[in-house]
Amino acid sequence: MVVQVEDSQLVKQYIQGDERAIEALINRHNSRLTGFIYSKVGDRELTEDIFQDTFMKVIRTLKRGAYNEEGKFLPWVMRIAHNLVIDHFRKHNRMPMYNSKESYNIFSLLGDDRLNAEKQLIKEQIDSDLLRMIKELPEDQQEVLEMRIYKDMSFKEISDNTGVSINTALGRMRYALINLRKLVEANSIVLTN
Amino acid sequence: MEKLYTKNKSKNTLVKAKPETIQFLLSYSKSLNITEAEGLQFESNLN
Repeated sequence: MVVQVEDSQLVKQYIQGDERAIEALINRHNSRLTGFIYSKVGDRELTEDIFQDTFMKVIRTLKRGAYNEEGKFLPWVMRIAHNLVIDHFRKHNRMPMYNSKESYNIFSLLGDDRLNAEKQLIKEQIDSDLLRMIKELPEDQQEVLEMRIYKDMSFKEISDNTGVSINTALGRMRYALINLRKLVEANSIVLTN
Repeated sequence: MEKLYTKNKSKNTLVKAKPETIQFLLSYSKSLNITEAEGLQFESNLN
């Protein structure tokens, strides 16, 4: 059983000179504190700097014996980080506002994953070509292909549903693909977007 | 029901401070020395 030592205990050990205690504290709260800072500044390098400054302040305060918030270590560290973030924005005379001036463009951040009109048309064309060709396949191959590709069924499920063995279902899928390739070549269809 | 074949890649990555930063902090901690004299505290770095 792993027993997790309380923050307050680690703080006490560190004040008494155990350097390993600060390492444990930093590692324990690394992710949470980094995430907290990053959510405010949105910049990886700056996050790293503020993280470092925060813990330098923590170390100095603890070594000086000026820490008196036993049991509330993380909120205290977060407050230091928060104040440092505010200091940073004050110093640089700006708040973390998103604007679309000069080099910074909000649309570089807010991506649109949808296809553009041209690509959408091409996709529709490919889909309809493909559907037309699938309909030319023998019925048993069509059935397996639709179940596998469009309904995302496993070969076991296909076998249960169609009443054929898994090997037969696999064979039908294989022939469906071979025949589709032949149809693509025969009809000189380009299936790329 | 037929499934929609969209790719949902998680855009969240675990943010953590770099090991170099941690190492720096540990060295800083080891080197920092606070001396007290007549009610005043003095910081020194024993590098």
